[in-house]
Amino acid sequence: MSVETFVSVGNVLQPSAGTLLRRRIFGHTTFLIGAAIFAFILAVAAFAPWLAPHDAYAQDLSQRLVPPVWDDGGSWLHPLGTDQLGRDYLSRLIYGSRISLLVGFSVMIMSGIIGTTLGVVAGYFGGRVDLVINFIVTTRLAMPVILVALTVAALAGSSLENVILVLGLLLWDRFVVVTRSATLQIRALDYVSAAQSVGCSTSRIVFTEILPNVLNAIIIIGTIEMANGILLAAALSFLGLGVPPPLPDWGAMIADGKQYMFFNPWVITIPGVALFALVLAINLLGDGVRDLTAPENRN
Amino acid sequence: MLAYFIKRSIVALLVAITVSIISFMLLHVSGDLAQSLAGPSATASDIEQVRKAYGLDRPLAVQYVDWARKALRGDFGESFFLKQPVFPIIVQRLPVTMTLGVSALAIALVVSIPLGIMAAIRPNSWIDRLALTVSVFGQALPSFWFGLLLMLFFGVTLRWLPVSGTGGWEYYVMPAVTLSYYSIPAFMRLIRAGMMEVLASDYIRTARAKGLRTATVLFKHALRNAVIPLVAVAAVQLGFALGGSIVIEAVFSLHGVGYLGWESISRADFPVVQAIVLILACFYIVLTFLADMLNAVLDPRIRIG
Repeated sequence: MSVETFVSVGNVLQPSAGTLLRRRIFGHTTFLIGAAIFAFILAVAAFAPWLAPHDAYAQDLSQRLVPPVWDDGGSWLHPLGTDQLGRDYLSRLIYGSRISLLVGFSVMIMSGIIGTTLGVVAGYFGGRVDLVINFIVTTRLAMPVILVALTVAALAGSSLENVILVLGLLLWDRFVVVTRSATLQIRALDYVSAAQSVGCSTSRIVFTEILPNVLNAIIIIGTIEMANGILLAAALSFLGLGVPPPLPDWGAMIADGKQYMFFNPWVITIPGVALFALVLAINLLGDGVRDLTAPENRN
Repeated sequence: MLAYFIKRSIVALLVAITVSIISFMLLHVSGDLAQSLAGPSATASDIEQVRKAYGLDRPLAVQYVDWARKALRGDFGESFFLKQPVFPIIVQRLPVTMTLGVSALAIALVVSIPLGIMAAIRPNSWIDRLALTVSVFGQALPSFWFGLLLMLFFGVTLRWLPVSGTGGWEYYVMPAVTLSYYSIPAFMRLIRAGMMEVLASDYIRTARAKGLRTATVLFKHALRNAVIPLVAVAAVQLGFALGGSIVIEAVFSLHGVGYLGWESISRADFPVVQAIVLILACFYIVLTFLADMLNAVLDPRIRIG
């Protein structure tokens, strides 16, 4: 309020905070590109049944490895061609977006909850608690992620749920490191001591004073881990122990295409481009959020 | 320094023990090992027999102590599939993975140091922007896909390099480039930030004011200080690269430890898997320990504070 009075006294019409933020968002090209690609992929995933021209699981062995429409022998019947079992590539690509997004979001939420809890607890309580949590993080970092994930998938059976579970249980380390240091900084601020002296309970301080202020950091790490989870899940599928067939996972499509790629390079380039675009969009969104929320920290 | 050394070694040792317990538990908790070993067509009595034969019917703690005591002497048991002691099999594959990891690290350093310096000298110039764009794009490339694209282009279209397999140095070029690609952005940002901070400091202004040549100021005065944080990060990245080499080794059929791990997982050869997890973890622990020590030697504030 006082800011506005001050501004009107100066007789200058200053834009409101909301307008400024909107202006910053629309002036941030890479954030907009990321948001546009991400929104497109979200829409494709949401409307997959209406967008897919064919059944993503229907095999037609007489129509195997039909090239995409821009290659010789391609046709609009299968705009992106067909795979080694004659399944329509475009339809599989469209349904595959659902799997990648599901894996990305679930891994982000799981690892976010684990990591933020550990990080805030370590930062807030400090001392011995901090030492123990630090030790847990160091131990986790020493475990080779892909090898451990592959082993668990092999023993517990490879399924979509297991891929999500194992990655969610492995990728929380960055959340801990970042929320811990953010909590340490906030804990030293006056309003936390004020809340403590007024007699607020620990949980109230954590939920109303600390968490809202580390949310920014959580969102940025969230985008990093979402991208990371999608890439790792694709790598697991590529190694044959991720999302099981016949689900149209992009990583599995690249794995299946590997033995045909020397004569039909598009079998690996098409799902690879999709994977690349999704991860790039998420990274651009994350970088954008970081720039927009802390413009003074740029460079 | 000695106190710091002792403290860090105790932590490293504790981490190693914890990792060994976790890798042991993982194998015994995520599924019924006896059933995996006996195969899908095994009857209940077959499974019981396997359980007895491998000592899987004993309490977990007893099994762990037994396994850990032998592992300390380098005895990781016998491979279910190859019917040979596990440790020599892994040692035989180690040079391949080490060559891959070290050459990837070398490529990453050779590319990122000059780029980082150039970006720091002229922030927001075209080279700075180019470096930033490449790193943003690079982080979104799935490693196995990038490897396959290299394979198609340099192996099939240009025929410059062998497509895949294990052999002389030419078999390591594409895998090492693929693996290095992921460390380059991190190194570059570190060098850029470090150089920018150092270049803004007073002693650089003094060196310039003395009339020293730009090259002397940059390389003798600035780079030496900017490179300190890189030493630690490089050691940690090497540890990650060794662990992450499994995907790249699988793509290029490079028969290193990662490839062995992948093969062993798919044929349910768990003694080998367990040993590889532990050995890779120990590499990481030793490398981070060395990085801590190096940092402490280079920067006295760490060992005192």
